Amino acid sequence: MILGQDGVSSGAIYALLALALVLIFSVTRVIFIPQGEFVAFGALTLAMLQAGKVPATVWLLVAMGAIVAVVDGLARLRDRDTEGLGSLLGWNLVYPLVLAALLHAVEPSGLPMVLQIALTLAILVPLGPMIYRIAYQPIAETSVLVLLIASVAVHLILTGLGLVFFGAEGARTAPFSEGSLTFGEVSINLQTLWVVGSSLAFIVGLAAFFTRSLYGKALRATAVNPSGAKLMGISPVVAGKLTFLLAALLGVFSGVLIGPITTIYYDTGFLIGLKGFVAAIIGGLASYPLAAAGAVLVGLLESFSSFWASAFKEVLVFTLIIPVLLWRSFNSHHVEDEE
Amino acid sequence: MKRIVQLLALVAVLAVVPALLPPYYVTLLNYIGISALVAVGLVLLTGVGGLTSFGQAAFVGVGAYTTAVLTTSTSLPGWIAWAGASPWLALAAGLVITGLIALLLGSLTLKLSGHYLPLGTIAWGISLYFLFGTLDFLGAQSGISGLPPISIAGFRLDEGGEIYYLIWAFVLAAVITTHNLLDSREGRAIRALKGGVVMAEAMGVDTSRSRIVIFVIAALHACAAGWLYAHMQRLVNPSPFGLHHGIEYLFMAVVGGAGYVWGAVIGAGLVTLLNQWLQDWLPRLFGHAGNFEIIVFGLLLLLILHRAREGMWPALLRLFRVKAAPKVIVESAAALPRRTLPARGEVILEVKDVTRRFGGLVANKDMNFSMQAGEILALIGPNGAGKSTMFNQISGVDTPTSGEIVFAGQVVTGRDSREIARLGMSRSFQHVRLLPKMSVLENVAIGTHLRGSGGVFPSAWRMERPEEERLLAEAARQIRRVGLEAHMHDEAGSLALGQQRIIEIARALAADPSLLLLDEPAAGLRFKEKEALAELLRKLKAEGVAILLVEHDMDFVMGLVDRIVVMEFGQKIAEGLPEEIQQDERVLAAYLGGVE
Repeated sequence: MILGQDGVSSGAIYALLALALVLIFSVTRVIFIPQGEFVAFGALTLAMLQAGKVPATVWLLVAMGAIVAVVDGLARLRDRDTEGLGSLLGWNLVYPLVLAALLHAVEPSGLPMVLQIALTLAILVPLGPMIYRIAYQPIAETSVLVLLIASVAVHLILTGLGLVFFGAEGARTAPFSEGSLTFGEVSINLQTLWVVGSSLAFIVGLAAFFTRSLYGKALRATAVNPSGAKLMGISPVVAGKLTFLLAALLGVFSGVLIGPITTIYYDTGFLIGLKGFVAAIIGGLASYPLAAAGAVLVGLLESFSSFWASAFKEVLVFTLIIPVLLWRSFNSHHVEDEE
Repeated sequence: MKRIVQLLALVAVLAVVPALLPPYYVTLLNYIGISALVAVGLVLLTGVGGLTSFGQAAFVGVGAYTTAVLTTSTSLPGWIAWAGASPWLALAAGLVITGLIALLLGSLTLKLSGHYLPLGTIAWGISLYFLFGTLDFLGAQSGISGLPPISIAGFRLDEGGEIYYLIWAFVLAAVITTHNLLDSREGRAIRALKGGVVMAEAMGVDTSRSRIVIFVIAALHACAAGWLYAHMQRLVNPSPFGLHHGIEYLFMAVVGGAGYVWGAVIGAGLVTLLNQWLQDWLPRLFGHAGNFEIIVFGLLLLLILHRAREGMWPALLRLFRVKAAPKVIVESAAALPRRTLPARGEVILEVKDVTRRFGGLVANKDMNFSMQAGEILALIGPNGAGKSTMFNQISGVDTPTSGEIVFAGQVVTGRDSREIARLGMSRSFQHVRLLPKMSVLENVAIGTHLRGSGGVFPSAWRMERPEEERLLAEAARQIRRVGLEAHMHDEAGSLALGQQRIIEIARALAADPSLLLLDEPAAGLRFKEKEALAELLRKLKAEGVAILLVEHDMDFVMGLVDRIVVMEFGQKIAEGLPEEIQQDERVLAAYLGGVE
């Protein structure tokens, strides 16, 4: 039962990551390996806030914001397109600096948990679109392979930075609420409830976003037919940035959720992200519900195999996807052509 | 000739390098060579074949561990113990094992299209890596040490400067054989994997086989690299065979220029040196607190991708204005044997009650017609009438929901398009399917695929040259026949659309067909070109070839064809001589709109 709980809660986190990966891939064709880094950064930034330190990630935000502001600003000036220059500078220069000042002004460890989480999100989520702008937008038209290699480069940079920011020691954050609920024989950890509950809330929220809102529909249109969407006036740049924003939100929030459950190191993100991948593959990088189901399956498999055959835990999890892939390949007969 | 001189110069440089450089750089060159060997395999697999693999490091590990276990273990069972006698026997054993694993993994994962494949390779790459670290007989995390050095004819290669020669001999052999392979009949089939699968199958290429072939070749390269690595280090442990290294090999291939064999060597050199220098220099600047080299490394990679997305090798070629020499066409090569065409008037194709449904849409409904050898039949009808679908049913690109197609006396319904091609059917596509980066000559040469038999190994070592000369000469002959000899060596993608359609016809002709299917061949042609095309088709008909064409240009059709079948909404509404069709009321109604 405890194993089952562990499995479901890590499954819920993998589900969020899988959603982010499916989302990014279908809209921008980027296989976003650094998704796991958002998780690690989220958990560790929150841990630093709770330890009363100013998280170094805010300086990353300032630096990347400055790069975006300079690159885009110069381009706008060259095109004599001063419209929107204010919001460009506002978001990429002023906002990070204000945030940094705020963090220095307040004593973060004294804040209520909700505010700490909000600060973590405020620092990290804008990094998503900035990463898209700097790393991917200039090569958005190239092959999936080049985008993939760019992903690996971003992953390397972020892991390297993670070591600089957080050091080699791991950290754990305080749980949202202590204790557990008991139903007769069964006791359920409260943090597990938090994880599962908020993951579900997120999934429902995303579903609503994609079916109801104009931007959600625009993203779906881009995923189905990029050039058609472009002709209808949906900017691929905006779509890309929005996708990365959502993915960053999902990633950082997963990190916040997982922080109290396991110790996170600066490089933990990679394996977590990969497992999200496995889940995404089960969903064929296209179907959200299947990806979520796959994620729970991965979580359960991982937690049971870590109990029965801990040495082969990772082998089991990653070998699992081969039969799944097989099943998929037998079910899809059409030949792929023209990338 | 020039190529041989260049190669000899390179060999000479490589030979004197260990004498000139300090041992540190020789060791670096050894690492570069080993990585380059893996990356050459990836160029073939990923750059040319379009199959991305993150798992190559695991194959390196299989090679390294096989030789480590065989040459150090004292408790091997008798049936395999003989392989431990020498590293060379262990290499052979490693290649066999790797080949078998690659065949298994390949047959499981290569069917996956597009992005599934790289993810699948991540999966088995990680699984194999964790197995290296957990299995006791592989030494678990601490690995296996005490490997013997490789010896050649009693000469032991136990210094870095000695094994250097063996490593670079392997690299050169890999580069040259890969080059040769790509420039051959098999190579054209491999190059068609990226973006030309349907076309290649219609020309008789077994693309699944080609995929497996390059996957196994890449795995064998990686295995050989692992063997060299194990005997250079004299010990193995799991860490160099993890996913990160698998990714790094892919890096090398992409940075060097994924589609270029020499790019693998350049990429391996660049990435290895960069890594090394950054590790040497950055801690002096920033101290040892962080892993700064990985950050700078990542940033430099992004920069390379942004500035030279094709990789370094093509950028270098452009810089030095190096252009590939045009292929030599040996005019004296003996002509290829030709198919015996069926006697004029003999029925060659029968379409019986063919229906094709796509969900609720019936694209072809109860279609019936037949064709005789030496006849030109036109399939006409308004847009959306189902003509191209009919083509796909006949040529095996698609399978009818019901009904039967008989070609050359055999029922071909449901057979693969490459089997049907073997029976003598050849086609062009409505949406041109050429490989735009390949020359016109090579594109047309794909059509000759079934008329040659040179396999992978003979191609790699240039033992199929006489046959290759005949294939290229045949392709050149067909290009002249359609009047494109001026563009023989141009990139196919650089020609006008109408000319690209003509290349498709030349390619179909290069297969020596008894039935030719042409989908809108005259679209985009100018008047003179249309006349020339009509002349060509008449000549083919006189030779006894049957031609089925879909065409909208009525002037072109009416003056050329023997009979016409008219389709509307997936059904045949009329069939007959051109004059009859021009008078047919239903046809007029379909084209001009009926009178209410």
